[in-house]
Amino acid sequence: MPTFWDGHLGQFTIILGQSLAVVVSLLLSLAFLLYMDRKVWAAVQLRRGPNVVGPFGLLQSFADFLKFVLKEVVIPAGADKWVFLLAPLITFVLATVAWVVIPFADGWVVSDLNVGILYIFAISSLGVYGVIMGGWASNSKYPFLGSLRSAAQMVSYEVSIGLIIVGVLISTGSLNLTDIVRAQDGRFGALSWYWLPHLPMVVLFFVSALAETNRPPFDLPEAESELVAGYQVEYSSTPYLLFMIGEYMSIVLMCALMTILFFGGWLSPIPGLPDGVLWFALKVVAVFFMFAMVKAIVPRYRYDQLMRLGWKVFLPMSLGWVVITAFLAQLQFPGYARWAIGG
Amino acid sequence: MDVAAIAFYVFSAVAVGAAALVVISKNPVHSVLWLITVFASCAGLFVLSGAEFVAMLLIIVYVGAVMVLFLFVVMMIDVDFAKLRAGFAKFLPLGAVIGLVLLVELVLVIGVWTFGETALESRAAVAPALEDVSNTRALGRLIYTDYVLLFQASGLVLFVAMVGAIVLTHRRRVGIKRQDVLAQMYRDRAQSVELKNVKPGQGV
Repeated sequence: MPTFWDGHLGQFTIILGQSLAVVVSLLLSLAFLLYMDRKVWAAVQLRRGPNVVGPFGLLQSFADFLKFVLKEVVIPAGADKWVFLLAPLITFVLATVAWVVIPFADGWVVSDLNVGILYIFAISSLGVYGVIMGGWASNSKYPFLGSLRSAAQMVSYEVSIGLIIVGVLISTGSLNLTDIVRAQDGRFGALSWYWLPHLPMVVLFFVSALAETNRPPFDLPEAESELVAGYQVEYSSTPYLLFMIGEYMSIVLMCALMTILFFGGWLSPIPGLPDGVLWFALKVVAVFFMFAMVKAIVPRYRYDQLMRLGWKVFLPMSLGWVVITAFLAQLQFPGYARWAIGG
Repeated sequence: MDVAAIAFYVFSAVAVGAAALVVISKNPVHSVLWLITVFASCAGLFVLSGAEFVAMLLIIVYVGAVMVLFLFVVMMIDVDFAKLRAGFAKFLPLGAVIGLVLLVELVLVIGVWTFGETALESRAAVAPALEDVSNTRALGRLIYTDYVLLFQASGLVLFVAMVGAIVLTHRRRVGIKRQDVLAQMYRDRAQSVELKNVKPGQGV
């Protein structure tokens, strides 16, 4: 008997509920990840970091949120008003909608797309528009320079990220993110994940993810020592908050993607222990910790070095790895052709 | 009306409306942004017709890469829009003729595609049964297995065109300082720093 949940309205309600659950839990965890980011940064520099609001400063992000929301929105007189306000919204929305295909645990995914990884790739390649539009619409020099830099930077590193993903796809034989994690389920726990056969690509993906999300040491679009804050100069209040949340959301998305592609998603690292969403969260936080450490430790790249690294080092290396992986998968070398031997 | 039909009309309406705005907008940057909207709606239409791979490809290649370069260029040029608009009425007949030619060609193409016997035969020959393969797999099989030689040949043609463009536009200027990255990396303390023992009050 068809119940309410089988109808269009019922399905709509279910998907709406799922999306809300994902977004709310994501934003909540983002608040604490931001806190962690600042604490790690402070610890490396022998400072205390946020420690006033709430116990150990745990509620700092919420205080910041309230402050941003209550401030006045300033729109420069020369700005293109619509595009100016659209840019932070685009950044925020794109960073959020990408999460729809991320499997948090087996079956815990809002939309189990066939081409999930391509979807994420497409959405993250759109992320550059928020930055370009914001920089252009501000109608001011530093934002414009920042947005020009980001356009070149994000397009360059997308290429190597795409090729790295291709290597994993060849090993899996599917574009579905759930299938990619399932293919890493083996007898040896953490040793059967893709980080081992695709070891060089883990490093390359990590660095490319830093560049793709404009994280230090590749934060040239907003380099505060030369461009003040790049494309964010003219933004204040809620639009700035949206930029900020969108940026962190796509950073966490990259952490999640790295977890799924190379570190077995929700799978338990020790054979015998139950798999679950906890492992996924733990791994994402671990990767995010690495992001925070890099931000604290590594000095900013020069722009020409960044471009050289992207096109002359990463692109040939990832392309070569795709060729090697294709051969190894064709010869059904252990670990490279999971579709053929099944685990 | 079912959900797919509603979605189809929404996507189509947005695509057509945005396409009109591409032409109408005064600011070229706005035109490019509207064009991006057109591509996004077209990707939606592709998803609706079950071609999710092509949809994602459209977004990644056109919206994610080509349009970024477009926007990049359009943002940099500084045109006088009033001057550009002045010739609008003068070139309207020419534009209308070009539009008409394009329309006739499109109608011919769709007509042949729908009724032509050769088109029907060749389509029947290549289309795999959609029940047992996803469209990603079907496309991959066509490009990389059935027509791999043609595909590689077209890739080669594009590659040669790219190399040609670079060769034609590349100029090696003399007398400029070039950066030698290897030399920079192999430079060490012994080559670049010298320790001098300076006596107090005497200088070097």
